[in-house]
Amino acid sequence: MSEPILEIDHLQVDFRTDEGVVHAVDDVSLTLAAGEVLAVVGESGSGKTVTAMSLLGLNRSPNATFRGSARYRGQELLTASEDELRRIRGAEMAMIFQDPMTSLNPVQRIGDQIAEQILAHEKLTKAQVRDRVVELMERVGIPRAAERARAYPHEFSGGMRQRVMIALALSCSPSVLIADEPTTALDVTIQAQILERLKELKDETGTAIILVTHDLGVVADIADRIAVMYGGRIVEQGTTDEIFYDPQHPYTWGLLGSITRIDRDRAEHLPSIAGLPPSLLDPPQGCHFRARCPHEFARCTEVPPLEDRGAGHPDRCWLTVEEKRARRVVEGEIGLATKEVAA
Amino acid sequence: MARFIVRRIVGMVLVLFAVSVLTFLIFNVIPNGDPAVRMAGKNSTPAQIEQIRKEWHFDQSLPQQYAFMMKQIFTGKLVSYADQTNVWEQIRMGLPRTFALGIGAAILWMTLGILLGLYSAVRAGRFSDRVLTVLALIGISMPVFWVGALMNYYLGYKAGWFPNGGYVEIAQGGIGEWLYHLILPWTALAILFIGVYSRILRSNILDTINDDYVRTARAKGISERRVMTRHVLRNSLIPIVTLWGLDFGLVIAGGAVLTESVFDLQGVGQYFAEAIGRLDVPPVMAVTLLGAVFIVVLNTVVDIVYAVLDPRIRLG
Repeated sequence: MSEPILEIDHLQVDFRTDEGVVHAVDDVSLTLAAGEVLAVVGESGSGKTVTAMSLLGLNRSPNATFRGSARYRGQELLTASEDELRRIRGAEMAMIFQDPMTSLNPVQRIGDQIAEQILAHEKLTKAQVRDRVVELMERVGIPRAAERARAYPHEFSGGMRQRVMIALALSCSPSVLIADEPTTALDVTIQAQILERLKELKDETGTAIILVTHDLGVVADIADRIAVMYGGRIVEQGTTDEIFYDPQHPYTWGLLGSITRIDRDRAEHLPSIAGLPPSLLDPPQGCHFRARCPHEFARCTEVPPLEDRGAGHPDRCWLTVEEKRARRVVEGEIGLATKEVAA
Repeated sequence: MARFIVRRIVGMVLVLFAVSVLTFLIFNVIPNGDPAVRMAGKNSTPAQIEQIRKEWHFDQSLPQQYAFMMKQIFTGKLVSYADQTNVWEQIRMGLPRTFALGIGAAILWMTLGILLGLYSAVRAGRFSDRVLTVLALIGISMPVFWVGALMNYYLGYKAGWFPNGGYVEIAQGGIGEWLYHLILPWTALAILFIGVYSRILRSNILDTINDDYVRTARAKGISERRVMTRHVLRNSLIPIVTLWGLDFGLVIAGGAVLTESVFDLQGVGQYFAEAIGRLDVPPVMAVTLLGAVFIVVLNTVVDIVYAVLDPRIRLG
């Protein structure tokens, strides 16, 4: 693997709220190599979006504190000034947001919104910018791009708007593309098109991608590595093959078990993980997943460190590799057994 | 667009008809409303009253009287019952004064409303924002006739910094005198609106600032100043601009009556108020119709401007 262009070390993000301090991200370390696709997977509130936003300083506020370090090509991002960040945003690291319906300014023309980013980072003439905008829109698969650049967001469908967001993100050829749930708000056929497009663009441009999603099914095809987050922590991290074929953390088993599969008979119930994610205002002591985990035992009240326990990739579960490999099989497949709830 | 305007014109005709009929009927059912009696004076004989009634067509049926008055209005021959002056000439003399007051006040309240609203939003929750909130509430709660009278008394009569009411035309006293006489009326009329506009803009900005597209704008790497002006403020101002058009229409079409009277500006509003006091129907009718026309036209303009500012709006 080549030198990482992005290194996150022991990132910790807290938000002060009226109810208390929310520990949104707790001790997260990640690296991203040039041209690599890293998927960050977890459910709502697991801290994956906060991690992504922290890199660009988009969630800075008087109530937020950031600890640890995040470096882009050696430059510290967490303490960077707004001016330093501004030069990185859009030009070096660009972001695609979850909801394309609301992520574009409703009263500005699409072309102008893309041009604004190009002009913020490059000195080009009007004609050059216009050509670049049309070329970008064509590249992400928007038909009649020259004409559509003059249209407003409400004249686009959701899928087309997400393409616009991708064109916007790619407009200054960034080294890192952060895609925060880029397909969540889209219907399934459009999801596949957008992912396919992202993959092709990655191959063409060599941009590294951080793909934030709650859907493991989405990442199987595109990701090189996967980090699974739960309750603000990374609970397991490995190559895509390791996560899919040798998952170590019970939460990962649950995620894998809840992927709806088209090649099986329709299950009577959609498989799901019982219980709710923990409150990050007052997280449980020890392992954050313990309350929903059927395999909980005494040691789980201690925080398990993220380390390789013999499987070849790190995870945060006290069980031994042998125990894990035995317990993750439910009815012949990887899954999470239902937790017995005391009456 | 053409269809939209035709529809508005048809609507305007209906509005004018309804407004004129209502105004006409109201003045017919008011006690002591018989204009012939008042025109004849206190020591008149029944014969004289009957004579006036005939001359002024008051002996005809209500629909005939209404039709006669409309004809007089649209041919410009309408005269006042009280002093027999031509109503349109009176209005023509008052209009520049009313517009000078309304336009100046509208510019003042829009400018200060935007500045204070923006400042309040940027400092939201801090001490200065709280002070502005209280000041806005006080401004909204003070009636213009009271503020105007206080200003006139303390700043004009007592301190002598400003004239004690009145209006000076630019052609006569120059632009300095004109401004000098209008500063207090503009301020008095604008105070309420400054309070309202700054509050609305503040909450619009605070709503907009959390919108997803503002985050997108930040992620582009443009300056914070540009994010605020081109995205947050630009979008927050759309409802304010349309409100501005509507309020301006209301001020011109009657909202400035009190201000004009307090500062003795002799504008259309004051003319209107005095006509009501004398139960003098022709000026009331003419000013009411003029106001209605103005409001309908301005509403149409506001709708068109709204559609230009926000392309999601379709004219229908």
